[in-house]
Formats: sequence, structure tokens, C-alpha cells
Amino acid sequence: MTAATSSAAVTTGAEPGVPGAPPGAGVRLQPAQRSALGHPTAWWGMVILILTEATLFGGLLSSYFFIRAINHTWPLGGIRAPDLHRISIFTGVLLGSSIPIFWAEAAIKRGNLRRLRVGLAVSWLMGAAFFVNQVLEYRSLGFGPRTNAYGSLFYAITGLHGAHVVIGLLISLVVQLKAGLGRLSAERHLTAQVFGLYWHFVDGVWVFVFASLYLSTHLH
Amino acid sequence: MALTEDRPSASAEIDIEERLHEAWAEPAGIAGFLTSVDHKRIGMRYIYTAFVFFFIGGIEALIMRTQLAGPNNHVLGPEQYDQLFTMHGITMIFLFNTPVLAGFGNYLLPLQLGTRDMAFPRLNAFSYWIFLLSGVFMYSSFLVGHAPDGGWFSYVPLTSRHFSPGVNLDFWGLGVMFVGISTTVGAVNFIVSAFKMRCPGMTVNRMPIFVWSMLAMAFMVIFAVPSVTLASALLESDRLFGTAFYSAAHGGSALLYQHLFWFWGHPEVYILFVPAMGMVSTIIPVFARRPLAGYLWVATSLIAIAFISFGVWVHHMFATGLPAMAMAFFAGVGLLIAVPSGVQFMSWIATMWRGRVRWTTPMLFCMGFAFIFLLGGITGVMVSVLPFDWQVHDSYFVVAHFHYVLNGAVVFPIFGALYYWLPKMTGRMLSERLGRLSFWTMAIGFNVSFFPMHILGFLGMPRRVYTYSSGLGWDGLNLLASIGGFLFGLGTALTLLNVVVSRFKGEPAGPNPWEADTLEWATTSPPPHYNFDRIPVVTSRHPLWDQPELAYAESGEEEATRAYGLTGALERQTPISTGLDAAPEQTMEIPRDTYLPLLVALGTAVIFLGLLAKAIAVGAVGVALAALALVRWAWRTEEDLR
Repeated sequence: MTAATSSAAVTTGAEPGVPGAPPGAGVRLQPAQRSALGHPTAWWGMVILILTEATLFGGLLSSYFFIRAINHTWPLGGIRAPDLHRISIFTGVLLGSSIPIFWAEAAIKRGNLRRLRVGLAVSWLMGAAFFVNQVLEYRSLGFGPRTNAYGSLFYAITGLHGAHVVIGLLISLVVQLKAGLGRLSAERHLTAQVFGLYWHFVDGVWVFVFASLYLSTHLH
Repeated sequence: MALTEDRPSASAEIDIEERLHEAWAEPAGIAGFLTSVDHKRIGMRYIYTAFVFFFIGGIEALIMRTQLAGPNNHVLGPEQYDQLFTMHGITMIFLFNTPVLAGFGNYLLPLQLGTRDMAFPRLNAFSYWIFLLSGVFMYSSFLVGHAPDGGWFSYVPLTSRHFSPGVNLDFWGLGVMFVGISTTVGAVNFIVSAFKMRCPGMTVNRMPIFVWSMLAMAFMVIFAVPSVTLASALLESDRLFGTAFYSAAHGGSALLYQHLFWFWGHPEVYILFVPAMGMVSTIIPVFARRPLAGYLWVATSLIAIAFISFGVWVHHMFATGLPAMAMAFFAGVGLLIAVPSGVQFMSWIATMWRGRVRWTTPMLFCMGFAFIFLLGGITGVMVSVLPFDWQVHDSYFVVAHFHYVLNGAVVFPIFGALYYWLPKMTGRMLSERLGRLSFWTMAIGFNVSFFPMHILGFLGMPRRVYTYSSGLGWDGLNLLASIGGFLFGLGTALTLLNVVVSRFKGEPAGPNPWEADTLEWATTSPPPHYNFDRIPVVTSRHPLWDQPELAYAESGEEEATRAYGLTGALERQTPISTGLDAAPEQTMEIPRDTYLPLLVALGTAVIFLGLLAKAIAVGAVGVALAALALVRWAWRTEEDLR
């Protein structure tokens, strides 16, 4: 044993943290001011997760523009740019599906379970409509993910977003079920809150996907 | 069950101990092993598992050094050599360095923050299982005789289906995505814990420097890992489904792969290095017997490195024919990152200069680190200079450089941390004599092994060759490098021996054997499941040095303060505090032991197996298993918070 390890004296005197040991001094704490209160940990967890997910989309969209920049024609290989009209309408539907979520979140904060369930259901239908349109669009595009790098990127980006929509729809059902069974209340509705955050992200990131894949190919 | 008297009378002591035990009990045996969410058990498991991979990766390295010890050796054929150097790299980066640091972080963060667990205990267990299963997944490639063989960075087009038709690279591509899940959820946990779980009084500017380093690391992970996930996902998509991301013939680009890979790859160096620097900045002040010089500068430097690390990735691609202007920019940023590293170096020197240094084993490892990091840092600046880089690119000089930074400058702090913190984890001291012997063997072995590689690089020896002809002037230096490699291996084995022996013969550590300043030393060694029965209240950056009588919180009547004292410990709760000034905000129920993290991880593993075998049905089973377990997981979210 060296000098360093032989003197095991603790500056705090007794062994704190051990049950029954006399603590230094008991401190009575005041709760934080109402104005200083932050969000619950699960909310922050979702925020960080969204940051990393957004980076994933950012990487894919950067790849899209990288491949686009090194090719002379775009879309590649004489593919016609995807139609703008129908997707514009469904972009509105998807972005609009955030509104009932805002409404539902405000309702559950006041303990209104019925409004929460209605809001979730309306938003779910709008999200589902968007997804169904996406699948139908795939069938009418005339190119596949194997056609060329443009096709690969188009399907990868819309596919990743579509997967997020599907996951969101499934989570929405779970929240709906929890609400139906009365597990959510004005005080306890973290699942609804965290789902809302996720859904707003799924909607928000679509703006970038839409602008990159649809709008920008129609600019001349 | 309100406890009116927070300070128990002597007669109530035994009763309280029993009730604490009851509240924090975990099932015994294998069930407890599979279901525990205790951050300390998970942290130690991380460390032990990572060290198993370290020794496997080390054995791979020694086999390669045996092959390279002399010219025209035939210990290994070229195919075997390719598999070994690929798996060695993958193992050390993905399965040792990253997870072992996560292990120390998991173990230490709640203790240093003065709380009872991480923000997401079940997620913590999940990230361990994913790490373990992804490691097993990648190593199972040896069982089918097709280990990845495209180098740890697996460049296309070599790794495309056309040139590498075997399943080898699929183990790599899928494995990288797999282990990335573990790193990412771990990072989410570290960030939220560092901001929301600090004990009263621990404002942001009193956070231990190791927590700062874990925080900087976690933010890098959040923004870097998606890029490697993407690089490998697109590669696997090309390989499994025939897409054209990297196929130049179909408008794709192989260069895209390199951009995506190194956008993660360079920050990854700092993802490993920053927590290692945090460890050094923790250990040096304790043995210099004075606070870290320039705490704010060091914390700022850690964050600065995290930012700058995202602007240097192209210096791995200087030989790919990018525009000169772009390369000049990245060369400049590459030089810039030396500044925050230098700031920390100066801080360590200043700390020791003004202190009275005790030369214990952890301190020796920190000094070994400083010496090696200096050399690795200088060669790092050298290779960020364009004309120099073109001379040494893909030569053994680069092998020397990145082993100085990734092996020397990360592994030495990890060994130092092991000697420093293992007594806290096991309650027993490691032998100083064996520790010193291990250090000197490692330090000499390391430099004998890797220093000659600089010269080999100058003499023109390329990387990734399985053998070489004699008469090129490489023979003697290669033999020297191999001898050094075995010496280094012997040094690490001595520490392994030390760890094993200490479990039986080590001196009892006591709560604070090093007379250190941070809160993990304020509780017993090893700490009880609940870490602290009352949450400490700090008024300083160095609570155990500056507060002779460390204050502890009592449970209040309000919902926000009840978990601080004994009531919280008895009810398996931990407090949540406000992000900046750590004022009481909420009470969190710590989840009980559960199979859910393991089930979700197993489901994930089945998904990857399905992809590997291109069996949709298998993948669907995995999705169903993971999804059901996740629904069950989310079912009790509302019960987490009171």
C-alpha cells in the first residue's frame, strides 16, 4: 500500500449515505419557482431523439443533393419529375393533421379525455390518408428504387418518412387505447404529450422532403 | 406513509435498513441478471463485456503482428489477414472503446450527480443488451467462416455486391446499424440525466468535468451516428436489394459513401477521446491535490472540440481528388482542433505544477496518456497538412498515428480509470505494485510497437498488406513492432490478473481511498442500490474537499421535494431537478426489474438476422416482438412520474 491508499480518512467524517449514519446536516429544500419548471425527462428524451432523427433526414437529403450535383440531368435517365398537384394537397393534409393534436393536447391538460380521443382520431385519419396516397403514388411513378440513383434516393427518402408516419399512426393507437381505458388524466398524460412532439416532427420534416423531392425538381 | 422524522433514531435504524433493502431488492440469480435496471450493474456489465472484446481484439492484433514479424511469413493467408484486420478495427472502435466509456459513464454519472439512477433506467438496460447482441452478431461471422474483410471503413466499390459477393460485408453493414442503436439511446440517456438529475446546488458550472465530457460526447453521438447508420444502410440496400446509391454506372457515387462515413468517422475519434480526456481531467487534480486549473476553459474546450470535430471529416479524403479550396478549408479546421486540445494539456500541466503530485497507478496512466497524446496529436497536425498527407497516405505512418490517438490516448486513460474507479465498484483496491508493473510494460511495449511504424511509413510500407518481401529495409522495424506488441499485450494481461486477484485479496477500499472530491466517493464502496439514502446538497465544485460536513437533503412535504430524503429512498424514487440551477422540480419512480429491455433488444436482433438471411418472415417476427414489448414498455410511462 502506498501513502495514497493507506489514509482512507474521509473529509466528511462519518460515512454518509449509509443508512442510519448521522448526516452532515439535513437541508429542507424549496421547490423550484413555477416559472422555472421545465419539461419532464421523457419530453426531453424525445427532443434529443428528434434531433438525431432530423440528422438522419438531413444526411439523406444532403446525399440527394450531392448525387444531384454530380449528374447533368435531374431526374436521371429521362424520368419525369413526380406530379406536384396531388402531393401538394396531401402535404396540406399531413401538415393539417398536427392541428387536431394541438387541440387534443390542450384538452387533456384540462382533463378532457373525450376531446383528446376525438383529436387523436381526426389526426390519425389524416395521417392514414397521406400514407395511402403515398402508396398509390408509388404505383403510378413509373420508376423503382432499382432504376437508378435518383429512384433509389426518392424511395429511400419517402420510404423513411413513410415508416415514420406508420410508426406515428401505431403510437397514436396506443395513446388512443390508453385514453380509452382511462389511464390518461389532466395530471398524467405524458404519452400523449410525447407522441404529439413526435407527430409534429413527422409533419415538419415532410416540409423539407416535399421541398427537395417535389418542389425543387419543378423549378426551372 | 409519510415519514415525519427524516433522521432516524437508533432503534429505527435496523427497520429502515430492512425497508431500504426491500424497496431496492432485485431477484436473485439469473433472473436478476436479465432484468436489472440498476445503472451500476449495467455500467459494470458494459465494462466487463467491453474488456472481453478488448482481449479478443488484442489477440487478433497479436496474430497479425506474428504474421508481420518477418518477411514472407505464412501464419495467415491474405483472406484471413483481411478478416482479422477488419474485425480488429471493428472490435476496438465499436465493441471496446465506445462501450467501455459508456460503461464508466453509466456507472459514474448518477453517482457524480448525487442521484439514484439515470433518467431512463430501462433504456439503459436496453442499450447494454443491444451492445452485447450486436457484438455477438458481428462475431458470429467467424462461425460461418465469413467475417467482414473490407477494412473497418469498408469502402465501396470494393464492398459492393459485385466485388464482395459473400455475406461477410453484410455482417459489417448490419452490425454497424445494430450497435448504433445502443450508442444513440445511451447518448439520449446521458444528455437528459446530466441536465435533469443533478443534486441540489449542483448548478451547471459545478458539474464534475467527467460529466461535461460525457455530455459533449453524447451530443457528438446524436449528430454523428445517423451518418454512419446511413452510410451502412445505403450500402446494405445496394447489396441486399440492388439499389444504386453508390453505383457510378447508375448515377450514384462511391464518394458519397466516404462523405457519409467520415462525417461520423472523424467525430467518432473525439467521441472516444473526449470522455478519455474527461477521465484524465478528473484523475490528475485528485493526485495533484488541488482543483483542476481553468475548469471553465477545460469545459469550454470539450464543447469546442465537439463542435469543431464536425468540420474535419474531409481530411480522411485528401487523396480522393476533391477541389483544392474544399481541402484547404478542412486542412485549416484540422489544425484548429489542436487549440482546444492544447488548452486542456496546459490545464493538466498547470494543475500538476501548482500541486503536490502523488505517483499512483492511475496517475502514471495519465502521464503515459499525456506523452502518447502529445506524439499522436503532433502527427495529427502533420497529417492535416495536405502535402504531408499525400506523402504518408495509406502508409504505416497513418497506422502509427491513429494507434497513438485511439489506442494510446484512449486506452491509457481507460486503464487509469479502471485503477481509479474499480475500488469504488468492487470495494477492493487493486495492487499498486502489479499496477505499476502493468503500466511500465504497457508504456514501453506500446512505444516499441507503434513508434517504428512512423518510420516504416516513411520507408514506404503500405497499410493493410498481409506480408512483404525482404530487402525493403522493413524487416528489423517490423520485428521490433511485433515484439513491442506482445509486450503491450503482456502489460494489459497483468492488469487483468490484478483485477482478478484483487477480488479475493485486495485491501478494502473504504468510501474514499484517494481522498477525492466528487460525490461518488461520498457513499460506500460498492455503493448500495440506491446510491444515497439522502440526496447530497453541494455548495462547491469539489464537495468532498470544500464541505467538511457534506449536507444532505431531507424529504419535504411537496411532491417536488419528497424524493430528496429518506422517504424517496424508501419508496424507490429519485428527484428530477431544473436544467440549469438544479432546483427541485419533480419526483421520478425508478422502474422495477423488467424483462422488457431484453425482449425489445432480442426483437431487434431477430430483425437484423432476418435481414442478414434475407428472410422476411423472420424479420416480421422480430418487428412484432419488439413492437409488443415496446407497447408494454410505454404502458407505464404515466406511473414514472408522480
